[in-house]
Amino acid sequence: MRIAILSDIHANREAFDAVLATARRLAPDLVVLLGDIVGYGPDPGYCVDKARELVAAGALCVRGNHDEAAVSGPSGMTPNAHEAALWTREQLTPEQKAFLARQPLIQERDGALFVHASARDPGAWHYVRDLAGAAACLAATQAGTIVCGHTHLPTIFYARDGREPVAFIPLRDVPAPMSAAHRHVVVAGAVGQPRDGDPAACLALLDTHLREVTMMRVPYDTQQTARKIKAAGLPDWLGLRLQIGR
Amino acid sequence: MERPGPGSVIDGFTLGERLRAGGMATLWHATHPDHPEPLVLKIPVLDPGADVSAIIGYETEVRIHKRLTGPHVPRFVASGDLARIPYVAMTFVAGESLADRIDRAPLPVADVQRIGMAIAAALADLHRQKVVHLDLKPDNVILAGDVAVLLDFGLASHSELPDLLGEESTEPMGTAAYMAPEQVLGERSDPASDLFALGCLLHQMASGEEPFGRPKTVPGMKRRLYHAAKPLRALDAKAPAWLEAIISRCLEVDRGRRYAEASKLAFDLRHPEQVSVTRQRRTAQERSLGRRLLDLFQKRDAAEATGVPTVTRRRAGPSLVLAAVDLSAGPDALAAAILAETGRLLMARPDSSLACLTVLKTDIIGETRTVDAEGRSLYIGRLVALKDWARPLHLPEDRISYHVVEAVSAADAILRYAEHNDIDHVVLGARSSSAVRRHLGSVSTKVVAEALCSVCVVRVKSGGEP
Repeated sequence: MRIAILSDIHANREAFDAVLATARRLAPDLVVLLGDIVGYGPDPGYCVDKARELVAAGALCVRGNHDEAAVSGPSGMTPNAHEAALWTREQLTPEQKAFLARQPLIQERDGALFVHASARDPGAWHYVRDLAGAAACLAATQAGTIVCGHTHLPTIFYARDGREPVAFIPLRDVPAPMSAAHRHVVVAGAVGQPRDGDPAACLALLDTHLREVTMMRVPYDTQQTARKIKAAGLPDWLGLRLQIGR
Repeated sequence: MERPGPGSVIDGFTLGERLRAGGMATLWHATHPDHPEPLVLKIPVLDPGADVSAIIGYETEVRIHKRLTGPHVPRFVASGDLARIPYVAMTFVAGESLADRIDRAPLPVADVQRIGMAIAAALADLHRQKVVHLDLKPDNVILAGDVAVLLDFGLASHSELPDLLGEESTEPMGTAAYMAPEQVLGERSDPASDLFALGCLLHQMASGEEPFGRPKTVPGMKRRLYHAAKPLRALDAKAPAWLEAIISRCLEVDRGRRYAEASKLAFDLRHPEQVSVTRQRRTAQERSLGRRLLDLFQKRDAAEATGVPTVTRRRAGPSLVLAAVDLSAGPDALAAAILAETGRLLMARPDSSLACLTVLKTDIIGETRTVDAEGRSLYIGRLVALKDWARPLHLPEDRISYHVVEAVSAADAILRYAEHNDIDHVVLGARSSSAVRRHLGSVSTKVVAEALCSVCVVRVKSGGEP
């Protein structure tokens, strides 16, 4: 089974459209929206509507912390994220909010578990960005593969019982192998706000038959999104960071 | 599953005779109706309860072997499902194992040179495919005519894949006699580690002795970090100085001083007369007593001793640059422009080297002149001119070599030289168009069209001259 994973879209229409065009070309068996459809970016309504279409066509979707903040109001966020969440909340229609609110925190398919932040207490939004975070995530489930996002930093953790996980940063567009002797945490890169120094939008393609995962990168017009962010009165940094991928 | 034996059929592969058994796997001749050529099946020993490391090793081997192509590896045919029966099917390589040949060491220098070139060419190909072998030893080299074929990728690493095998153990992985010092310390990503191992093989082929013995303990293996191998000529006074120089450059502990590129090592073996033999390791007797005491008590930090990984050097620019220059009419503006471009290219990488080539045209029919009107040798004259042309680059002699080639076609001579020597980048000139050139095609056009590497064509801007 080939699964296209779209994480952290963050209301970035240009990045979302670019990645969806790639996904159409790949013709995957399943599309997974890994949370944070909104927040930070200037096009929350458009992105939620697109997500609804995808879910209606069979895509899986999980809720992220920014999706939750757009529904129930921000709490414990950085000042920029807080400000963007308040703005996003005003832009969304009740139907759009209801869609976000009814997405589950966890989905499972084919032995793989999909969650926005961490399998450990998913609603607490723990980051899986180091070995300890990965170990905690793995300890919370029996699943052989956990796919998450939230950090915006593509990484694969290989884990064996009784050992510290091994972290690997997959190269752009190069398939990274999954191992029969390990369990895996696959941290997908972000569609709408990459932070690994590569501004191109990220789509993770998981091939459960070939046992490979590829972080595919899709360049898009970051300046256009930055202009919209400025026009919407959102913090400047949110547009700037798209252009440097940080 | 029952134990495989002759006649067993595994996924359509029929096993024949057993080749040999290592600790980790059994090897079998095999045939398959879809594959006319003779095959080998390698079946890892993965009994129930086998160490998980063995599974990871098998996965690593399959993953790397299936990505490799070309004449220097057995062609990967298929691999078995780990859950049912793991195996690797590959083509059988006919030839002589280096293990059998090296038993007869010391070998004649010409054989050491030829086998060394073949293995270096194989390593260059492997390294270009982003793989470091990390277990180069006589058992893993098959000599098939002039081609060396490398076997067994069970310890190899690939620069674009996670090194899960390396994470399995803190003990050094490899063969004690040939392991590079950084590999002893657990580093598994530097192609220069294979060049160290090749240095050990060259030393053993030439002298009959393994330069570091076969230590059984980690401290024993670490000795090579602080104690240099005996120089070749201390074992055999008749061995050539150039071979000793090449071997000691392979066996440098500090990777900053070791070969960074198998193609450069092959180049040096191919052109021994161009090897600078001035680099000399001072022997223990020559070093002062104070220095030796200091070495004894103040062992340098191990990781520091092995220096910086060679990857930064390889990324900086081409290693072997070929500058082809036409000096038949003496130095001119085009020759100067080629020199300037070559200088810029060499500046990118301090350990790059330059082969300067000029072609002495010969005629197809009739007697070719070998002396000029005054009776001086044309060959010597051109060599002098070539050295004079390159002099402004002020390259040390171990970075530059000179080649005057007699040929009917300059383009063919340049192409042949570049291919034989695994050149990375060719610089040559193009003269502004003339009627003859338009008609016959120029040297640069042909080289650009047919070269296997990058080619830079230099022109002198005409500035509107007639």
